[in-house]
Formats: sequence, structure tokens, C-alpha cells
Amino acid sequence: MATVGSLEQPVDPLGDLPEAVTAGDGPWRVAGRKLLRNRTAMAAGALFVAIVLLSFSAPLYADHIAHTDPFQSSLTATTVINGKKVDVLQQGGGALKLGETPIGPTWQRNYFLGADSQGRDVAARVLYGGRTSLAIGIGSAVICSLIAVVFGMVAGFYGGFTDGFISRMMDVIWAFPVYLLAISIATVLLTQGITVGPVAISASSLWLPTLIIAVIYIPYVARPVRGAVLSVREKEFVEAAIAQGASNRRLIFQEILPNVISVVIVLLPLMIATTILTESALSYLSIGVQPPAASWGTIIDDGQQLLYTRPWVAIAPGIMIVLTVLSLNVLGDGIRDALDPRSKVRVKD
Amino acid sequence: MHHRTRRRTSLTVALALLVGVLAGCGGGSSSSSSESSGSSSAGGDHRGGTMVLAWNGIGSSIDPAVDYDQNWTLLWMLYDGLVTWKKVGGSDGNTLVPDLATSIPTPTDGGKTYVFTLRKGVSFSDGTPLKASDFTRAIEREFTVPGPVGSFYQGIVGGDACAKTPKSCDLSQGVVADDAAGTVTFHLTGPDPDFLQKLALPFAYAVPSNTPDKEVGPSNPLPGTGPYMIDHYTPNQEILLVRNPKFHEWSHDAQPDVYPDEIEIKLSLTSEAEVTQVEQGQADWMYDQPPSDRLNEIANQYTDQVHLNPVPQVFHMAMNTRVAPFDNVKVRQAMNYATDRNAIIKVWGGPQVATPTCQILPPDFPGYEAYCPYTTNPGDGKWHGPDMAKAQQLIDESGTKGQKISVICTPDEASKAICLYFVSLFKQLGYSSDIKVLSAAVEYPYTQDSSNKAQISFTYWYPDYPSGADWFDVVVGCNGFHPNSTASANLSEFCEPQIQKMTEKAIQTSVTDQNAANQMWAQIDKATTDQAPWIPLFLPRHIDFVSSRVGNYIFDPNVLVGGILLGQAWVK
Repeated sequence: MATVGSLEQPVDPLGDLPEAVTAGDGPWRVAGRKLLRNRTAMAAGALFVAIVLLSFSAPLYADHIAHTDPFQSSLTATTVINGKKVDVLQQGGGALKLGETPIGPTWQRNYFLGADSQGRDVAARVLYGGRTSLAIGIGSAVICSLIAVVFGMVAGFYGGFTDGFISRMMDVIWAFPVYLLAISIATVLLTQGITVGPVAISASSLWLPTLIIAVIYIPYVARPVRGAVLSVREKEFVEAAIAQGASNRRLIFQEILPNVISVVIVLLPLMIATTILTESALSYLSIGVQPPAASWGTIIDDGQQLLYTRPWVAIAPGIMIVLTVLSLNVLGDGIRDALDPRSKVRVKD
Repeated sequence: MHHRTRRRTSLTVALALLVGVLAGCGGGSSSSSSESSGSSSAGGDHRGGTMVLAWNGIGSSIDPAVDYDQNWTLLWMLYDGLVTWKKVGGSDGNTLVPDLATSIPTPTDGGKTYVFTLRKGVSFSDGTPLKASDFTRAIEREFTVPGPVGSFYQGIVGGDACAKTPKSCDLSQGVVADDAAGTVTFHLTGPDPDFLQKLALPFAYAVPSNTPDKEVGPSNPLPGTGPYMIDHYTPNQEILLVRNPKFHEWSHDAQPDVYPDEIEIKLSLTSEAEVTQVEQGQADWMYDQPPSDRLNEIANQYTDQVHLNPVPQVFHMAMNTRVAPFDNVKVRQAMNYATDRNAIIKVWGGPQVATPTCQILPPDFPGYEAYCPYTTNPGDGKWHGPDMAKAQQLIDESGTKGQKISVICTPDEASKAICLYFVSLFKQLGYSSDIKVLSAAVEYPYTQDSSNKAQISFTYWYPDYPSGADWFDVVVGCNGFHPNSTASANLSEFCEPQIQKMTEKAIQTSVTDQNAANQMWAQIDKATTDQAPWIPLFLPRHIDFVSSRVGNYIFDPNVLVGGILLGQAWVK
């Protein structure tokens, strides 16, 4: 289960200035410079960018290289290997001729990683799957962070009953094991989708898993934000602003928010890694992205039934998930080190 | 209503090669790999040893009043009824024979009264002698526990009252037991041509007359009269069957003596693990069907241990005839024309494990006449290939293009793959389509409940007993449709008054003239197929994978046994 570690103190981008810092440099520029000097984090960032670019080039690959529709069943399709026409689903051998096995990796333009049990090109589906997984992962992390910032700011700033109400609400969500909560919500919503007034989200829409994942992680961001707000609002510069008669709006948007936003920035890459994993888990359980749409989780689910004969169907998306999550975690650590090396903010599994 | 829940494919082996007597023709043939030798006496060198079975789970119950075919593979070896189907391979396995009764009675009083005489000297495994009143108790329990098919026995005098107020169920007027004379007399409110078949089902197995009105679990099983009894049950681990010391063979046809001394059932195994255990000799038979990615492996490396046999299930897509676009018969017919059955059979495991079909009744069933109007070059009753031009023409005429269609299926690999094929096909034909994957526990009740307006789903059907009524009065008949209910077997919600009249006439005719009724079932089959409430897809073959030490493999196609005659196979 994902948990967020305690935040000892609000993140201060000015903390631990390196000796080489030039007087007058802003805290963000300093942090940026520190991040750029962190080669491991930069390599991780480059890997993540490469994965994003590769995934979003899926239509190019499918249309112009593999010449395939990775969402269309191709049960009776054929392909050409070494000048020979072969079935994509091949009948079993032996006296009994049992079973139909998808073609394995051809290492050619089409069926580079072989076919799945629907006769679809696995390589093209992995790229399209990456697009979906990344979109849901990034989308749900951003939505989650936006909502969490609002809740955390309001709770931390106003305190009292408002804080108590929001905090207890967060406690209720937090009390459920995160995957159990996600599975329960997804299972219920998958039969009918969501309809709220004029807004209707169908069961097959990618917005459904995106919103479910965003909701379940709100407490994991809202709590650190609230903690940071509670700390910052006691600072002298906030008291000075209050003494000058600053309005609540000014206090929130000009004094407090700029000083707690780094908490979210540090958490965001880690949240994206976590939400990608959650999306994959839900899709693997058939309650996330609905076929024929592809995500890394759905492709692993497809490949599970072919582990004995065509392991690449499951291994390829598995590798993509590992590389993406690893790169995001390393990048997230780098950002944290750049913004606040003393912070203990973590999203753990 | 003969509502029936569906059991897993592995146990769904039912009534394959149907009764020559009823059908007026011989049964189908088993595959070349199927051995179907006659039964021999369970004595000699082969008697003894422990047969080990690999099984995912025992299902919901092991109480004969409650279990609806999940555990019938075991129940027939533990209990007995008045009549049963002959325990042999081939089509003869669907012949009714007397079991605890001395003979099968001819009904009197216009088909409303059946008098059975019990065999003498039969005892339950706890030593209690069998009595006539044990059968009254068994039928009453179907209402009081309650069991899933009380409606099967509602035609017994007092049955209606039992269905209305189960707690005060009293069938003493309808099932008259004379313990002293050893006779059981059934009085029906009207003739029921399938009554004897219903008495052969486990719901009517004898249980001691003091059996409580509540479900009895495997930890404390009811004593039975069969050759085995449950020694112990460890949840999620194993069940051990041992010889019933009170058993003696009173009829080789009905309940033959068995070879293995014990049957150990390993529970909670995945089908992958079951294959591995059988390959390595750690199990002798796997209950579940082998997963598709192991088929090639077992066929190549363990050819002699694989047995293929046809079963009378029909896998199909049920189209909801009351929800657009399938409320238009042209759309339903178009989908029948467009469906490439060979492509779907590839998903199922290839042409060796399934054959295409496009009608409701399976081959060798009473009333079956090959009929396939939805194919290229129709006329010989066989499916030759999809006719996309005809399909597209019908869809254009229907004016339904562009509508959205959700295809419902379960998360298992084959179901999902077949639904995905249809999503692609619908898109190809001009519809918008997506898939709705629901868990196995949710999917069937969801598709049955008409308030959900499910459009099309992948499913299958097989009969409880060899009668056209179990198809045309249930799964595609008006009596099988119950609006807003999760007990509505007619997923297509198909109810054509003209066809229903023909069905009722066929049921009445079958009381007196089975051959005439069979001819009527054939006409009903054609009329229903023309209306296309289903897209019939394929007829599966059952795969039995046994260990190398198993001998005397006999496939009994009957719904009760559902495959290998376990006690007749030897492991020594």
C-alpha cells in the first residue's frame, strides 16, 4: 500500500545553498541548476521522455511501419516471414493438432514482438498501451494533485471545523487499502459508468479509471500540503502580511501557495509512477482500461494466458512499466534533492 | 420452468450422443483418441489404489438437493435415485435404467401416476436401511432447503403449495411412501413426459428421512448409498472419498462397483497447475479444461493421455430481441451471416476442439436436423463461411448503422477474445461498439435481468435432460423469460407466440408419441433459427487429460457423469 512519509518541515527552495550559488539567484533557478548537475536524475528524465515520445509515436509505427490496426481482431490474418506466407494464429502440431498459437517475435517490421491471441501486433499494442498508461498516470496524478492542493490549503489555512471535516474525510479514504478501494469503485462503476447531471462517462471511457485513481490518492497529497500550510502560516512573513491587513485571498495565493507548491512538485513524479502502477493493476484485473483499448496492464492480462508459449506478450509491457516507474522514481528523488535535500517526502509501496 | 445455472465448461459435459431410443437414431461418435470400451467387473488385479484428481474447487455445495451440477461428478458415486442413466460409454450412456427401484414403471392414470418398487437390502453408508419415505424427504427438501430447481417437481400433487410456502411443504399426497411394502408412488397434477428424467437427477437422490431442512456441507456429509463416501474434507485443500462398506453392486448398469479404493481430490489448483500435476503423475485426471496455451504441449508430448469427445453444448451470442438494434430481425440475421465461425473456433483452440453450427439444437439431439441458412452456399445444413455481402445488405435495410453496441463477456481469455472479435465485426459493419467485461459472478445475473437492457453476450447452453422442451420452453421460450429477474434463462428475451404454441404442442405430443414430437422439435428449431435470437457459434469437444497410469478410460456423455467414468477407470 502506498504511504506518504512525514514532512518534517515545509520545503524551502532556499535551503542548503551550494557554495557556487551566485548572490541574487532565485530559489527555483538554484534548484534547477542542482537538478541539471544530477546526472542520474537527468538520465532518468531522458529515459522517461524517450518512453513518452516512443509511446506517442504509436500511430506512426502502426500505420507506416507495421501496417497494422492493433485494435482489430485478426484471427485469420496471415503475414510473410522470409518470403513465406504464414498464419498469424498457427494450428498446433502433432497427431491431435490441438490449440492455436499466435506467431512469436519475427524481429521484422510487422509482428516485431509477435502476435497476441487475437492476432494483433504486440509491438504496436505496447506503444499504444504506453500512450494510454501514461495519459491515465499523468492525468490522474495531476487531477489528484489539484484537488489535494485545494483540500490541503483550505484545511491548513482555515483550521478549526473546516480542517477537522476535511481531515476526517481524508482519514476515511486513507482507512481503506488503496487497491481494495480502487477495485471496489471500479467494479461498481464498470457496469453503468458515471452519470452526474448532464455529464455522463461511459464504462469504456479512459476518464473512468483516471478519475477513480485520482480520487483514491487525494489524501496522499493533501496531508503533506496541509502540513506544509500549517507550518508556513506561522512564519514571520505571513504574520507581517496579516499585520499589514492582507486579505485571505492574498495570503493564500501570494504568501502560502508559492511556499508549499514545491511539496507537490516533489511528489508529482512519484505520484505518476504510483498511478501508472495502479492503472496497470486495475487493467490487469479487467476493471481498468477496457479492451480493445490497450494499456500496459491489459496487455499483461492478455499475455498471462500465453506465458508458456508466447511470454513476450506479457514481458514487453512489463519491461515498459519497470523502466517508466524506475525513471520516474529516480527523477523524483533528483527533484526532491534539488528542492529540499532534507525532506523525507516519499511515496512508498 | 427449467431454469439452470451454468457450470464450468469442464463439468458441462452433458448428453452428448443422445439416446437412441428417444432420438430414434444412434449417437454420435467419439474422437479417434477416445477410448470407450465396455465396463468390466471392478475386480482382479486392477482393484485398489488411490486415484488423485486435480480440481479448482468443489463449487457451491455438495448437498444433492442444492448442488446444480458443479459436483455431480462426485454425487453420482455417493448417492442413488430411483432411476439413473446407464453408466457406460457412448450413446448408451443416456439410457434410463432402474437404480434403487427394481424396474422403471409404466405411468398409469393418463401419465399422472408412477409406482416404484424399491430394491431390498440396500443401506446408507451409516448402516441405516433404505426406506421408501427417504424419497419423499428428498423431494420435499428441494422446496424446504431450498434447492435450485423446485419447479422440476412442482407438477407433483402438493408441489404448488410447497413452492408457495416451502416451510410447511408436505408432499405426502404426491409422493406416497409405503415403507413396509417398499413402494413409492408419485401422483402428478398432469402428465409430464420428462418426469423420469427429472427423477434421475441428483435432486431426487435418496437421503435419510431425518435429514434436516438446511443445506449440508462436505464437512458433515449426508450418508449415501453409492460405492464411495466422503472420509474427510479440508476446505481449499482436499476431499477424500473412500469405499462405502455398506455398498454392494445391485445393478452393474446403474451403479457398478468401482476400481480405486480411494479418490483423493486436490482442491484450489489453477488449470495450469492441474496440467503440470497430470503431466508429472501427481494427479490422474484434471477436472478443469486445459488452458489454451498448454493444448499444443499436451497434444504433442502426451498424445495417448488426451481424450476428445463431443458434448451437446451450444456456445452462442445471445442477442436481446427487445433492445435496439437487435429488436430488428434483419440485424440479428445479418450478424448470423457475418460471423466467421472458423475464426472464433481458432480462439477456442482450433477445429479439433470445436465445430461450427448455426442452429439451436446440437447434433444427435431428439429432433435435430442439420439446418444452416446463414452461410455461403446454403442448402446442405452445413456452415461454409460468412456471407458479408448479404450481412451488409440486411444492415443497410435495417437503418440501424451507427448505433452503439456493448458486447458483454466474462474476464476469461476465450470469452474476452470472442467478444473482441464481435466488437471488431460490429465496427466493420458500421456500428460503434465496445466491450463490457464483468466478473463471472456478476455477468450471468446481469445479462438475465432485463432491466439492465444488455444487448449481446457470449454464453452457452446445454440441456438438463434430452428433451427439446429444455431448449425451446426455457432458453429461447416464453416460459424462460421473466422480466426484471435474475432467474431468467432466456437471455435473448425471445418470445414468439406462434413458436410458443408449437412448443406447447410438441410437449403434449411427447407424452404419447416421441417420434412425432421429435419431428415437431425439428420444425421449431428451424423456425427459431430463422428468427435468429442467437448467433450459434460452435459445438465444443470435451478434453480429458489423464495420467499415464490411468487405464480403462470410458467417456460417458451423460449430463450426470459428464465425462470420464471415474470409478470405472483404474490406477493400478
